[in-house]
Amino acid sequence: MNWRTVRAIAGKDLLEVRKNRLAIWSILGLSFILSVGMPLLIGLLPFDVGPSGGDLGPFEALMTLLPPALQGLPDGARMVVLMLGYFLAPLFLIIPLMVAAIIGAESFVGEKERHTLEGLLYTPATDLELYAGKVLAGAVPSVLAAYLNFTAYAIVVNLVSAHIVGGIWFPTVTALALAVWVGPAVALLGVSASVLVSTRVETFLEANQLTGLLSLVIVGLMVGQGSGLLLLSLPVLLLVGLVIYAVDLVLIRLGAAVFSRDRLMARA
Amino acid sequence: MTAAIAADGLVRSFGPVRAVDGVSFEVGEGEVFGLLGPNGAGKTTLIRLLAGVLTPEAGSARVLGLDPTADGPAVRSRCGVLTETPAVYERLTARQNLAFAADVFGVPVPEVQHRVSDLLARFSLQDRADEPVGGFSKGMKQRLALARALVHDPEFLFLDEPTAGLDPVASRQVHDLVGTLRDEGRTVVLCTHHLVEAEALCDRVGVLAKGRLIALGTVRELSNRLLATSPVELSFIDPVTDAIAATVGAVPGVTVTERTERRLVLAAPDDGAAADAIGAAVRAGGRVLAAVRGEHTLEEVYFALQEVPA
Repeated sequence: MNWRTVRAIAGKDLLEVRKNRLAIWSILGLSFILSVGMPLLIGLLPFDVGPSGGDLGPFEALMTLLPPALQGLPDGARMVVLMLGYFLAPLFLIIPLMVAAIIGAESFVGEKERHTLEGLLYTPATDLELYAGKVLAGAVPSVLAAYLNFTAYAIVVNLVSAHIVGGIWFPTVTALALAVWVGPAVALLGVSASVLVSTRVETFLEANQLTGLLSLVIVGLMVGQGSGLLLLSLPVLLLVGLVIYAVDLVLIRLGAAVFSRDRLMARA
Repeated sequence: MTAAIAADGLVRSFGPVRAVDGVSFEVGEGEVFGLLGPNGAGKTTLIRLLAGVLTPEAGSARVLGLDPTADGPAVRSRCGVLTETPAVYERLTARQNLAFAADVFGVPVPEVQHRVSDLLARFSLQDRADEPVGGFSKGMKQRLALARALVHDPEFLFLDEPTAGLDPVASRQVHDLVGTLRDEGRTVVLCTHHLVEAEALCDRVGVLAKGRLIALGTVRELSNRLLATSPVELSFIDPVTDAIAATVGAVPGVTVTERTERRLVLAAPDDGAAADAIGAAVRAGGRVLAAVRGEHTLEEVYFALQEVPA
């Protein structure tokens, strides 16, 4: 594989995305809402920070996830920690997914819609190099977006809750695992799925909508956690990440295997 | 003639439609070859097969000695392709478009900047090199697409409708460029349905209809094969009388196709019949000033081909 070709294709795609104002504002807007707005809102809610020992009802099971140092906090503070550190945290995974979906969905079908696909297919890039370039173009910014948003989220969470919790407490080990281990897995899931979808559909909108279905994975994680069915403890997160990486691998291999210049050109 | 392209029985269908149906032909190195035919005749599909981006269902091809199906990347690295639509990245600048192409086509890194600047200057785009291409006119985009097709200094060029939608000045620039490419010894396959363009630029032409190659050769060869009677024009000092016209028209095989005050245009099957017609005109009292055997235009050949069952 010629990595200069792969880098050139990825670099060109990234340059195009940077000049796509709609995409940039969508990403920035969603990032702000999820990484700054949501924790800010939760942090500013008037929680009762009275003594601990009260019955927190359906959230009692989730409280077991808290690190020992945070277990002794007043109930209101524990609720804040729970909301910001456990319940809301998986939501930031939507950002890498969305970035991947926008870039990945644009990759082939977007080029087709802009009548540039034919020119790209006439280059000496092999099918594998074309596919790898497109995957790389989606993977780099979505992983980067995941880390940047997690950093922003951590700063805001500590800003709004340090006075309640009694100091800087975020990220917790599970949140760190979510960001460092599960985040890139989800980003790759978005990229591999959206590039694959992009080679098979006729319009960007179609690709984007199909890839958007992946956000159900995140919703599933949140619902699982909120309902107590799937408590995102460290071992569970490691397992979830592993499963998603396995799916990524299958999707990337499948995408590269079924990628066909002939098929794309026949429909260009 | 060493063949730069040798196609043998190429077939490709899309669903029930046979876009290319058993096409065989050769193009020599350094030749400018025209592929003619109406929209949907199969010209673009044929180029795609030869560039290795489509796979034939049957038949084979060699391009610069390589099999496009097995060695597609190698074939494409030595070919430049101008697609029917300019296919440039409108959000990127002209310089970024060319730099991207240079990278993908493997232009040595130290040469990229120099090569890009040279092409921008050659195609008169240097003043707007750093503007997004979306604001360019169609002619400028086409010039940029041509520059991109040349960025890796290809031995071979496929130009698909290079003047479609261009104004006369821009078209003339493209024609000049094709002339330059020929002078540089590059092989060019030019797809067009502009017959005047093909006649002016191409050494030989192939005519496609419904995916089949229905004629191949120089304009003169096709003319001789398809149009048995090339026109002979007689100019007279005095007005042409009915008697002169009738005498000329009576020569075996000769027909008067057009008559003006001092001119007769004849259809004569060969030079002998044309000479007999001139003699007859003189004997009938006509003072012949000039006799010229004309060439059929490609347009005449093309339309004659449309009447031949494919």
